[in-house]
Amino acid sequence: MEWDWSAVSDFMPQFWDGLLVTLQALALGSVISFALGLVWALLMRAPSRFVRWPVGVVTEFVRNTPLLVQLFFLFYVLPEWGVTLSALATGVIGIGLHYSTYTMQVYRAGIEAVPVGQWEAATALNLPRVRTWQVVILPQAIRRVVPALGNYVIAMLKDTPMLMVITVLEMLGEARLFAQQHFQFTEPLTVIGVAFIVISYLASLLLRSLERRLVR
Amino acid sequence: MTSGLWELVIKGIWVTIQLLVLSALLAAAVSFVVGVARTHRLWVVRFLAGVYTEVFRGTSALVMIFWVFFVLPPAFGWQLVPMWAGTLALGLTYGAYGSEIVRGALKAVDPAQQEGGIALSFTPWQRLRLILLPQAVPEMIPPFSNLLIELLKGTALVSVMGMGDLAFSGNLVRLALQESAEIYTYLLLIYFVIAFLLTRVMRGLEKKLKAGVGKEPTREVQVPQPVGGGV
Repeated sequence: MEWDWSAVSDFMPQFWDGLLVTLQALALGSVISFALGLVWALLMRAPSRFVRWPVGVVTEFVRNTPLLVQLFFLFYVLPEWGVTLSALATGVIGIGLHYSTYTMQVYRAGIEAVPVGQWEAATALNLPRVRTWQVVILPQAIRRVVPALGNYVIAMLKDTPMLMVITVLEMLGEARLFAQQHFQFTEPLTVIGVAFIVISYLASLLLRSLERRLVR
Repeated sequence: MTSGLWELVIKGIWVTIQLLVLSALLAAAVSFVVGVARTHRLWVVRFLAGVYTEVFRGTSALVMIFWVFFVLPPAFGWQLVPMWAGTLALGLTYGAYGSEIVRGALKAVDPAQQEGGIALSFTPWQRLRLILLPQAVPEMIPPFSNLLIELLKGTALVSVMGMGDLAFSGNLVRLALQESAEIYTYLLLIYFVIAFLLTRVMRGLEKKLKAGVGKEPTREVQVPQPVGGGV
């Protein structure tokens, strides 16, 4: 096995570019998945089953099909429908949508874990429904689910390389580009592999300390 | 779509299913070996198993696939057939996730059961085989079922390497027909049907195994553990 340190240092500028794109995609994807997941979770508690049923089917479908194919779908079909987005935007939407179907269940568990007495107290105080959600239920539910949501951010980090297939130059995309230009595969691929391990390990340490502070 | 193109898709389904079965077997083997090793009494064994889990869980499945396809061949001087390379990458990655499931289920068995085994002077291997696993395995089925769906979704990644699985054949058909919406809808539906069937099979398995230890299958909705969650 030949290891060439000069290839590593040559790759570094591209690595930082890729890291930046990966983190951007991760941050935006997280925001979309957190927001959309909450929307799904609230819709699943709607009184009418004509709301619950379609939402349930759609999210189940999205959760059980490969993100890769969903990305292809968005990337090739949206332009046919007249929506042109940059590759990164498409990828962020795809990854956010996919993970919203997971975060939705996290929120659901969090909402169900709020003691029923809280609901009863809100009713007794004659709080309107919207206020009940805003100031009683959601603050307690979300506090509980932050660590679980963080887990999904780490999972999402490991799915960002898929954005490569729709031409986004994130870490893996940069590594492949570098490998093809210089015909050196070992170094860039190993560098980003190690980078993924380091980032997700640090993130999990961060989460553990967050969990200690939030969940008591 | 013409019948020739459908044939291509059916070939793709076959490759996906082969890859799914092979990598699920490898992942199951890895899960049990590493999961049990993490409860071993020697700290070296526990430590090594922990390192394995952290490393393979920490990296991305797609990066792993690239690594197996591009770095292993020049490093060791041999090249795997794509099917085995795909199996290796997916099996090792998802096995690391599975080992956490095995470890958790083993830890959840009532300690009195373990102590009972010691009191009856069972060897560690007998305790594992006759006392711990029969009680722990049924509890592993629901999380394993979720992991199997994740693995099915993961098999689509090998199409990036040009392996002719379902996602790859879908891309070929798209190039031939230039009708993206239709083809990708079909692809997603096929994956969904496979996932649905897998869930059914796993639910049947759970019922059967739990009946063997006198338990009811869980009815509550499982929150799928994130694949690769760090905590």
